[in-house]
Amino acid sequence: MSFARSAIASTRAVVRSSGRRGFTSSPARRSESLFVHRDTDYNNPSIPFEFNPENLKRAHEIISRYPPQYKKGACMPLLDLGQRQNNGWTSISVMNAVAKLLDMPKMRVYEVATFYTMYNREPVAPNFVQLCTTTPCQLGGCGSTKILETIEKHLGIHAGQSTKDGKFTLIEVECLGACSNAPMMQIGDDYYEDLTPETTVKILDALAKGEKPKPGPQTGRQTSENSAGLTSLTTKPYGPGEFCLPEFQ
Amino acid sequence: MLRRIAATRNIARSVGGPSRRLLSTTQPRQADVTLTIDGKEVTVPQGTALIQACEQAGAAVPRFCYHDRLAIAGNCRMCLVEVERSPKPVASCAMPVMPGSKVFTNTPLVHKAREGVMEFLLANHPLDCPICDQGGECDLQDQSMRYGSDRTRFHEITGKRAVENKDLGPIVKTSMNRCIQCTRCVRFANDVAGVEDLGTTGRGNDLQIGMYIEKTMDSEMSGNIIDLCPVGALTSKPYAFQSRPWELKKTESVDVLDAVGSNIRIDSRGVQVMRVQPKINDEINEEWINDKSRYAYDGLKYQRLTTPLVREGNRFVPAGWEQAMETIRHGFLNSGARGDEIKAVAGGLADTEALVALKDLVNRLGSENLTLDQNLGDAAPANSVDIRSNYLFNTGIENIEDADAVLLVGTNPRHEAAIINTRFRKSYLHRGAEFAVIGEKFDSTFEYEHVGTSPKDVEAFLSGSSKGAFAKIFNEAKKPLIIVGSAVTETKDGAAVLKAVSKHVLANEGKFLTPEWNGFSVLQRAASRAAAYDIGFTPSSSATSTKPKFVYLLNADDVDPSSIPEDAFVVYQGHHGDVGAQYADVCLPAAAYTEKAATWINTEGRSQLGRTAVPPPGASREDWKIIRALSEVVGSPLPYDDTDTLRLRMHDISPSLVRYDAVEAPSPEVLKLGLSTLSSASTSAASSTPFKKPIQDFYRTDPISRASVTMAECSKAFTKKDWPLSNVDDVAQASYA
Repeated sequence: MSFARSAIASTRAVVRSSGRRGFTSSPARRSESLFVHRDTDYNNPSIPFEFNPENLKRAHEIISRYPPQYKKGACMPLLDLGQRQNNGWTSISVMNAVAKLLDMPKMRVYEVATFYTMYNREPVAPNFVQLCTTTPCQLGGCGSTKILETIEKHLGIHAGQSTKDGKFTLIEVECLGACSNAPMMQIGDDYYEDLTPETTVKILDALAKGEKPKPGPQTGRQTSENSAGLTSLTTKPYGPGEFCLPEFQ
Repeated sequence: MLRRIAATRNIARSVGGPSRRLLSTTQPRQADVTLTIDGKEVTVPQGTALIQACEQAGAAVPRFCYHDRLAIAGNCRMCLVEVERSPKPVASCAMPVMPGSKVFTNTPLVHKAREGVMEFLLANHPLDCPICDQGGECDLQDQSMRYGSDRTRFHEITGKRAVENKDLGPIVKTSMNRCIQCTRCVRFANDVAGVEDLGTTGRGNDLQIGMYIEKTMDSEMSGNIIDLCPVGALTSKPYAFQSRPWELKKTESVDVLDAVGSNIRIDSRGVQVMRVQPKINDEINEEWINDKSRYAYDGLKYQRLTTPLVREGNRFVPAGWEQAMETIRHGFLNSGARGDEIKAVAGGLADTEALVALKDLVNRLGSENLTLDQNLGDAAPANSVDIRSNYLFNTGIENIEDADAVLLVGTNPRHEAAIINTRFRKSYLHRGAEFAVIGEKFDSTFEYEHVGTSPKDVEAFLSGSSKGAFAKIFNEAKKPLIIVGSAVTETKDGAAVLKAVSKHVLANEGKFLTPEWNGFSVLQRAASRAAAYDIGFTPSSSATSTKPKFVYLLNADDVDPSSIPEDAFVVYQGHHGDVGAQYADVCLPAAAYTEKAATWINTEGRSQLGRTAVPPPGASREDWKIIRALSEVVGSPLPYDDTDTLRLRMHDISPSLVRYDAVEAPSPEVLKLGLSTLSSASTSAASSTPFKKPIQDFYRTDPISRASVTMAECSKAFTKKDWPLSNVDDVAQASYA
């Protein structure tokens, strides 16, 4: 774990420092969008990866959902399974393991893994903070820009980096589909919605302590119901038979 | 996508059920569709792409991603055309023809669409045409001149997209900034070459072509992606910055580095061959050639014999032709060679004219000792070569795609005939053909079942004792095919293997030998072999046991040194100072295949005419002329003074030798006669000595490729897997060329 952590910190740092460039006519690419694989000490094909027995069982269950000749349709769920087993990121070994399991050429798996942004091809910290900064989140509530500033200040990192203690990775993402509860962020599999700078810091502090804050809206409202109180459906719902013709009552 | 067939097959196999495949012996005939293109009515088969119908109507449609030999991608959008009652322009490559539709390729809408697509493509394309190797033969350049706008509306302050270059090995030079992502190379690599390593990574503006991990493109067909690339993203490394296409003289000729006889175009400047390109021939190589055919040409510059050499003690001394001929005359007389003591050895690169002349000369001197520089080349061949179908690829290169079950005996088609191998790949993908191999395992581009390693296994398999899945498929196949490698016939077991095979073929002649199908083929691997057998360049049984006193090596570089006695007088005639020249007392410089107009017979018996692209270097001469001159010196002049009379003589030997571009299909009666001679031959029992691959290193098989620096690099990269994957942008790419 420790080597992975240092790897996280170092790659992210390198990425940032390469942002200062001399005179070139083309934009520099950050590692998130580096679409080639480079062997590193923490990510190379010789690092073994195999599905553990529990996940292997699950993998076969997934494969069985597809017709045998379209087995490779299971590529995406298996990559996700592999990513979960591999501390939240899809290493080259994970991709190779999936290719082997599905009898696919490795390149076909690489194509899928590089196409979809939710496969992390670089290590991420256990608390993988994905902050939505698409327009509705930018406009809703206090606005995601404020939240981004809060997180960056609180964790002392910029988007695309990991903290030195290896607990948090922060990235900006596009719409996660919780616009009515803007602004929001996803940490691991949980959505934290209706954020304010204060609740955001609270969540991060709790996570840093190893606690698990309650996911969902942080203002106490029920899912995405109107925050100003209900404006419709306020009366008691009528029961069976009410308002019907007498013979049906 | 295409692997689907393979996948279903595996399941069928694993559950032991019958393989459910849709195979029909004839192509299903589809209804014709009539439509109007630019006011012109055309009728095409149903399912044709609109772009092909446009082509047929004489309307040129620009395209980048569409290629008629590859799968359809439809991603470049350059082929947009207007279809009546269609709200938007449609991509004609991905659109099947519809009956009665009216298509327009020359309307303002189409022009605007093309201009728009071109503008998008050029938005990220570097303006480096002056230093781009594709310049002059670049689709993007040509089409932007014709269909594009003269200015752009994109002015990105961040600059154009930048993509790092890939290192694909010593053949393909990449300049990925120029890539327009047509994915032709990806489709070629996956479908034709059978290396499923190339693909697209990333998405959107960041999409790039590559292999994701750092590795070379390990294919013997990789050079073709250079031709396919419509822009300068993939260019030729050995040819980098060598010349411009308009400087080159183009000569259509035939490749001789394997026995397929691929049609090539030799591009030359002055006296130098600058590059070799494929020439389309649907019956042989379609549009592809292998990397050896394409890149061994730099071997024509090195190690050449340019002047006659005469051995003096331990070294060769350059001499004039007269002196060399005189030395040979003395050597010949002093050796006292009589009759069969005069031995001629023909190598793999000997052309038919030279073979005929040499055979005539040696016969005139009273000898029947005509041998080949192969294993057991001194003995009468195992396949009795009196009947042509016993040593030819009878099925025909074009027809092997129809085979539904193929048994490969002691051959690796990927190395012995890479072009034929691509046809196997095609039938494997599209028709679900099944393959099995008896012999050494190899890294194939199709799945196969390994059913044995030795001649004994051939007998066992064909006698029906094999219980594998392939045995069942093979027995039920409608068009089974047995391919016997040429190396098999060169072993002691050759006759026994051929006997077993021919017995099986005759026993199942209803399937193997029909008017439409011939399921027995021998795959030759040397360009001259079929011609040598055709003219009877084989020793008589008495000659085999004679110890030669005068040995004439015609392009023979694989000759076994122990077959040349110490005291014999040896003449080597050829174009390279390779192995054969080392044994010689006199070396006569001859022309290589690019330097002479010669007849070549390929493995299926097709006679083709090579043409002179460049003059022979130095004092070297065409092969048959040297032999003609020599005949005068040794006092037995040959009766032909020019190619016309020589070809008349060839016609006398066998008319098929000079019926160019045609394959003479033998009648079933002759075929059966040939097979019955094989099956009735008295042979020793088949041994269990495993078959050996005749080609260990695909890139170094003959004097030309052994002298080639590019081939040496390829051998290092692909055979020995010892290619330093470096940052391609840091090193001069063509430093070795």
